[in-house]
Amino acid sequence: MTVMTVADVSRWFGNVVAVNDVTMSVGPGITGLLGPNGAGKSTLINMLAGFLPPSAGTVTLDGAPVWKNPQIYRSIGLVPEREAAYDVLTGHQFVVANAELHGLPDAGAAAQRALATVQMEYAQDRKIGGYSKGMRQRIKMASALVHEPSVLLLDEPFNGMDPRQRLHLMELLQAMGAEGRTVLFSSHILEEVERLASQIEVVVAGRHAASGDFREIRRLMTDRPHRYVISSSDDRALAAALIADGSTTSVSLDSTTETLEVDAVEFLPFAELVPRVARDAGIRLYRVSPADESLESVFSYLVAI
Amino acid sequence: MLNPTIVRLTAHGLLGGRRLLVLGSLSLLIVALAVLLQVFAGVNEADAADFLQGVSFGTLLPLFGLIIGTGVIGSEIDDGSIVYVLAKPVSRAVIVRSKLAVAVVAMVLFAVVPTILAALIMAGNTPGLAMAFGAGAVVAGIVYSVIFLLLAIVTRHAVIFGLVYALGWESLVGSFVPGARELSVQQWALSIIDAVETDGFVTAHVDLGVAIVLSVVVIGLFTWLAGRRLAAMTLSTEE
Repeated sequence: MTVMTVADVSRWFGNVVAVNDVTMSVGPGITGLLGPNGAGKSTLINMLAGFLPPSAGTVTLDGAPVWKNPQIYRSIGLVPEREAAYDVLTGHQFVVANAELHGLPDAGAAAQRALATVQMEYAQDRKIGGYSKGMRQRIKMASALVHEPSVLLLDEPFNGMDPRQRLHLMELLQAMGAEGRTVLFSSHILEEVERLASQIEVVVAGRHAASGDFREIRRLMTDRPHRYVISSSDDRALAAALIADGSTTSVSLDSTTETLEVDAVEFLPFAELVPRVARDAGIRLYRVSPADESLESVFSYLVAI
Repeated sequence: MLNPTIVRLTAHGLLGGRRLLVLGSLSLLIVALAVLLQVFAGVNEADAADFLQGVSFGTLLPLFGLIIGTGVIGSEIDDGSIVYVLAKPVSRAVIVRSKLAVAVVAMVLFAVVPTILAALIMAGNTPGLAMAFGAGAVVAGIVYSVIFLLLAIVTRHAVIFGLVYALGWESLVGSFVPGARELSVQQWALSIIDAVETDGFVTAHVDLGVAIVLSVVVIGLFTWLAGRRLAAMTLSTEE
């Protein structure tokens, strides 16, 4: 049972504030650190991993400071975002070396266990330099798991993985979380975090924008007005039909681009409304696209609350 | 105390790629030059001493110190793989000492041994000369390893700064400017050579006591500093 605590932590680089007064506590189970690129996720993970001192505030692991305290690595497994990993070594040599550096009594057996966990035994005698991106990710995982740490930190672990590898890693992390380990991973993809994490911490522009259960975050994200851009065979008739329904708050007709801009209260009823209304009125829909569904806008909405 | 795993990883990294080829061919070049000089020019002891002083101590040792000293840690820092060594419960001082040990062994193999061989080829009748140059080369090799290892930890531009230092300071200033000689590794080494060989082929500009004290201070202080800096190493995130 290991808890990482981030208390009033800020980190700035020169004039740039990368992390701004963040306080959070990460306990057993899977926590997703969600935020757009450049939000400060990696900076936070580096501080949690003891590779960056906070400019202000404290980062502790079960009460012990992580900065300049190599002993904490007995309980931390780190999967960095960068791919470099001793390309001249074979996967097996690399994981064994990691086990030895941890001072494990039987480094060979530990390495074999870790390689089996990430299903990399088949390629363990090939050089890492020849690995695909997904294989590298898995060998990095093996090196982080080799000492069976109680905390696992992963920086953008799903980047560059194909769907099958992604699924396998998700299952692996789920298993680790179920064993009571503290797993923290960062991602800029909402669906990944939502599928995996029971606890979500949202970071936007260095600030801790939201924290909690994924349903709560999801509700925050969905209960806002949604804007859609629609073009159809008869925009004016469609506009009239849409505004008649309670799930639509405003409709505007843009004559230059010949599109409709529609604000909807909630996503689901609206998604059902549009095709029904169009069918009933005999209107052909050419395009229905969310105008502000980009993650950035979802996040900035969260920050604004 | 050394960590055998770090020694192994470092040796792998240092000699795994093209670096081995560069180092090996340069050290062979020194030996080949000595053979050519001996065969075609018929050098005497004084010529041999001049040659070794200029080529081996003026260029080979500082340059190899740069390649090897930064090579044992610089590339790992550059590509970020150092994180796998640092994210372990291993004392930072042990990491530095292990890497330093590899650097020193490589310096002996690629710079000290060729220097001794060249001395034996050109001045085989005076084995004392080879011994003296060997002793000087060992000291210079260790000091350079420490200096460049620290430099690689302190700055990402270790090779540039190292080149300016090795070629600018050690080769030019340290050889010719009297006041600066006191702070030149090359001159410390020459002082040791002068003390070991008794025939007066090498003239030292730095007092032996000063050379020994400064060498020991640099080795001790810089090794300690390297450990301290490694303990406070941050990994860049936004690139």
